[in-house]
Amino acid sequence: MLKLEHVSKTFNPGTINEKRALQDVCLRLAPGDFVTVIGGNGAGKSTLLNAVAGVWPVDKGSILVDNADVTGLPEHRRAAFIGRVFQDPMTGTAPNMQLEENLALAARRGKRRGLGWGVTKAEREEYHERLKILGLGLEDRLTVKVGLLSGGQRQALTLLMAAMQDPKLLLLDEHTAALDPATAKKVLEISDHIVQENHLTTLMITHNMKDAIAHGNRLIMMNEGRVILDVSGEEKQHLTVKDLMDRFAAIAGETIDSDEILLSK
Amino acid sequence: MDLTVAASALRFGALLSRLPGGVAQGIIWGIMALGVYITFRLLDVADLSVDGTFTTGGAVTVALVFGGMHPALALLIAVLAGLLAGLVTGILHTKLGIPAILAGILTQFGLYSINLRIMGKANIAIQRGTKLMLSLGAVPKAILVGGAFALVLIALLYWYFGTEQGSAIRATGSNPAMSRAQGINIDAMKVLGLALSNAVVALSGGLMAQFQGYADINMGRGAIVIGLAAVIIGEVLCDAIFRKGTSFWVRLCFVLVGGIVYYIVMSIILWLKLNTDDLKLFTAILVAVFLAVPYLQAQRVSSFHNAGRQSAALRKAASAGKEGK
Repeated sequence: MLKLEHVSKTFNPGTINEKRALQDVCLRLAPGDFVTVIGGNGAGKSTLLNAVAGVWPVDKGSILVDNADVTGLPEHRRAAFIGRVFQDPMTGTAPNMQLEENLALAARRGKRRGLGWGVTKAEREEYHERLKILGLGLEDRLTVKVGLLSGGQRQALTLLMAAMQDPKLLLLDEHTAALDPATAKKVLEISDHIVQENHLTTLMITHNMKDAIAHGNRLIMMNEGRVILDVSGEEKQHLTVKDLMDRFAAIAGETIDSDEILLSK
Repeated sequence: MDLTVAASALRFGALLSRLPGGVAQGIIWGIMALGVYITFRLLDVADLSVDGTFTTGGAVTVALVFGGMHPALALLIAVLAGLLAGLVTGILHTKLGIPAILAGILTQFGLYSINLRIMGKANIAIQRGTKLMLSLGAVPKAILVGGAFALVLIALLYWYFGTEQGSAIRATGSNPAMSRAQGINIDAMKVLGLALSNAVVALSGGLMAQFQGYADINMGRGAIVIGLAAVIIGEVLCDAIFRKGTSFWVRLCFVLVGGIVYYIVMSIILWLKLNTDDLKLFTAILVAVFLAVPYLQAQRVSSFHNAGRQSAALRKAASAGKEGK
């Protein structure tokens, strides 16, 4: 469903701040794969997701979604087949617009936006049903401005929006990192539910190793812009946090000492 | 001046006779404020091209009417000219990466020459006896015609910004990152929004030129500030009346009301025989104060000054308590 072939990206080339964020990354996701991505700060996790989403053009390599080459498409055109949720709960929704308007914007992802009504009556009823799944009581607040919702509510809403229009790919960029533990757990549960129900091919970045092991059918670890570990199936199910740390030490030739990656208790 | 002389100069009747003209002008400026509202509030861009496009609207209308064209058709062409000017600002901003404010200033600056070219000189008057849509000679009719234009415009804007396309423009102003992720071409939406806004501003310029019977190269000077004043006055009134928020069309109506209130205040100032040279300073101060209010209110809730004061008070109380023991 997703294919990255020898993708490289360097930020600020030729300056003192040069950063080789992605180095010859090759990755292939089968339809229905739910891949968790871990790695320390600056390992290239977010860069990988942004490359796929088309936030900026890559320097080298190809990106294929469902066998179509999207390397030359800008962000808003790739959005037709990619759903995204961001780390900052404020990023994924329009605060000055109503809940139903936000959903309606997502429902038109990849379609021409003409002079038909922004939200139709039929859609309102459909959203009412869809929001019930979240179990947050949002279904009765369709005309509330999204800026009045909590971070967790906005993140759950963004998830629902990302899953609309049957995307070929779902990109979750540490989407629970800014939430309190209880809310993070709830949003992760909703994520699992939405991914399974819609059979979405998913890439999920997390700082939490336990979450990375507990969710999805495949796990990749990144370091210095490369994928250094890729485990799936049976092997992944039996992984422990200690395994991951040992294998990181063995492959990267250094021990993990960054707090961020150890945030796993 | 002797006080009694000053008082006798302020005849109340003079104010009343001035009010209808103020209302008519206020409606026309209110229409311009609706254009400013599109960029300033919906698109979250301060577009300074409007000073130029307001004049362009007036210049095109008067030049064409002067040449014998029907005033309504002339107005339509003026609107298209405004649309084009907004398009230029939009392209300067999105395709050439020039910051929005600077792009607006460039367009406005360039339009000065273009407006002179359109008129051939710094001002032209419409020949006496030309049939116009509205004029200073028939103020009640001008209020009706201007009001009709304003209401139709509000209805159109209410409809358009409820459509898929209008929603995409609003989303672009509200959260560009989210808009891109939802497949909205935000550059296209900005260009579209700027074009629409300037079309509305040119419409109001054309109406104003017909109302006063001439176009002048400086008629748009400070239009953006007057537009902002009207938007802000309208919003303050709207929020005061509808504390819990209200629907979009009511907000649009209040922008129009803001324009009218602004011009009534101006009429009163003229009636008070204050120095008209000070009007612009007065308007600038008014707009600055209202723009500052939300910031100052936030400061009242949380500021270093207050944090320091409460800390000092707390420590003072604590040390007093110790001494007491």
